[in-house]
Amino acid sequence: MNTHLNSFRTQPDDRGHFGQFGGRYVAETLMPLVLDLEREYRKAQVDPAFQAQFDDLLEHYVGRPSPLYFAPRITEELGGAQVWFKRDELNHTGAHKINNCIGQILLAMRMGKTRIIAETGAGQHGVATATVCARFGLPCVIYMGAEDVKRQAPNVFRMKLLGAEVIPVTSGGATLKDAMNEGLRDWVANVHDTFYIIGTAAGPHPYPEMVRNFQSVIGKEARAQMLSRTGRLPDLLVACIGGGSNALGLFHPFLDDPSVKMLGVEAAGHGLDGDQHAASLLGGSPGVLHGNRTYLLQDEDGQITEGHSISAGLDYPGIGPEHAWLKESGRVDYTAVTDDEALEGFQLLCRTEGIIPALEPSHAIAAVAKVAPTMPKDSIVLMNLCGRGDKDIFTVAEKLGVEL
Amino acid sequence: MTRLSTTFAAPRPSLVCFITAGDGDTAANLDALVEAGADVIELGMPFTDPMADGPAIQSANLRSLGAGTTTADVLRYATEFRARYPDVPLVLMGYANPMVRRGPEWFAEAAAAAGVDGVICVDIPPEEDDALGPALRAKGIAPIRLATPTTDAARLPQVLAGSEGFLYYVSVAGITGKQQAVQASIEEAVARLKQSTDLPIAVGFGVRTPEQAAAIAKVADGVVVGSALVEICGEYGAAAPAKLRELTAALAQAVHSARQEQVA
Repeated sequence: MNTHLNSFRTQPDDRGHFGQFGGRYVAETLMPLVLDLEREYRKAQVDPAFQAQFDDLLEHYVGRPSPLYFAPRITEELGGAQVWFKRDELNHTGAHKINNCIGQILLAMRMGKTRIIAETGAGQHGVATATVCARFGLPCVIYMGAEDVKRQAPNVFRMKLLGAEVIPVTSGGATLKDAMNEGLRDWVANVHDTFYIIGTAAGPHPYPEMVRNFQSVIGKEARAQMLSRTGRLPDLLVACIGGGSNALGLFHPFLDDPSVKMLGVEAAGHGLDGDQHAASLLGGSPGVLHGNRTYLLQDEDGQITEGHSISAGLDYPGIGPEHAWLKESGRVDYTAVTDDEALEGFQLLCRTEGIIPALEPSHAIAAVAKVAPTMPKDSIVLMNLCGRGDKDIFTVAEKLGVEL
Repeated sequence: MTRLSTTFAAPRPSLVCFITAGDGDTAANLDALVEAGADVIELGMPFTDPMADGPAIQSANLRSLGAGTTTADVLRYATEFRARYPDVPLVLMGYANPMVRRGPEWFAEAAAAAGVDGVICVDIPPEEDDALGPALRAKGIAPIRLATPTTDAARLPQVLAGSEGFLYYVSVAGITGKQQAVQASIEEAVARLKQSTDLPIAVGFGVRTPEQAAAIAKVADGVVVGSALVEICGEYGAAAPAKLRELTAALAQAVHSARQEQVA
């Protein structure tokens, strides 16, 4: 039914723009590197050996394909649509982040780079990056906001066990965006040997496209699994959004299936009416940060404001540019749920399905809990369960007033 | 002739001085720079996320924003500077987001009204020129581009196309205020750039002392000093003007006389 003329899957254009969003807003020192990265990525994309190595590692090292799981008790409790989960929390390292890290480190080695850097917020992308660096024997430096280093001590220890050097970043608010600034500063000073593994579908072109493509394994698998299990496509896809890579990974392969609706779930923190949230799309406005034009949390002068979310992985004042475009095009709907609603979603999944989710997808669970009851019983909601909750038990215990 | 082209047309090399707007007494600091011999002023627009800057200028950005500096304040400093110094070129330097927040046309109009001669936007490369360049050119403001050690011969023409005012050669691949480049590499780079453009070439990043400035001024049209001045603003606060005057005078003397020594 769809032709290329009205496809939602042909973005970005050759300048890396998704409509008015995306692009390559980087310092001149980095520009030649970004162009070189794009050239090498294009070659890798059409190299069957590269794809074969990626697929092999995903199967035997990451543990793909991840299961597609029909969740009977949460479905019964919500009393509406059938609820299905794509179980990306079962991946090696416990989240979807590893899919992208495998792809990028293969590209780094292909380009002859010998040193890897990355930023991390909650530590999931840092752990995934440290993991692939250990697997391939490359030195690894992780930039992490000093505040996050304190809040996420177990992940800091994991990264160190894996051989990474974790550098606490004290500038600015000492959280994820500051870690990304420091990653860019390292890259600009070490252009000759260093590859920057960006953790989400943001940053300068080609990162948003490349990360989306590496993560699209989620949606490709889910689409085939759903067709095979039910003979039909889901009616609604749901995923949480910080930078947005897990959501794009699920959504992108379905974008040209007109019957499939999609819902991205941002972090509303203490509520969208104040400034204590991390909902760039619903509570922000377009601007330029970290190499791309996208929706940002910012003041009237374009100064970036600090987001807030119970989930350190969603606590970022921007969002991948493709989401900004998908929102403006109307193809994907976006909503936001609060810290408290996410906590309820977290407990709901623990109680009904025996799965402890990360706080990030707990936001998506909260959205599913709102929307599934309004849908007919023969309809299907598919949610990306993009991370497991081991890392979050301390935060949750504190919020629930439990002393460990 | 613009203020920038007039200044760079002088037989002696130019000293280009950078400070961050709103970090201390901006008017007094600017007076100190000009009176001590700065030929061109780069006034930094503070931004929460100065990705290309080292610790000195990062701190200056945060001090300025912490003191409540707004875009309106930066434009007011520019307007007042222009009233005091009708002939000294003034360049705004900063990051894209504060410049495009209200639209590129708004910014270009406001900067032109404030008497700004040029704009250096760190994170708008030639590939994204549409985001600001056309609006600046329409108002007669020079979009000043950066060339770096990673800008190779194949890429240079693209950087030069649409560049105006002067070309800012970033002498090290890195952030501001860190190590200085080897003098020989600067000489080689400036010679290479001169073959491709008639624009004046100013060299910066890591230049801290009169000796370094003099060496660069032997080959370049301008020498940019930023972090060393910004550190003085941070360390001395309200007492910064006297210290700025001292360093700027030494730098100016070194830069202005660099080629005379060569001839003699």
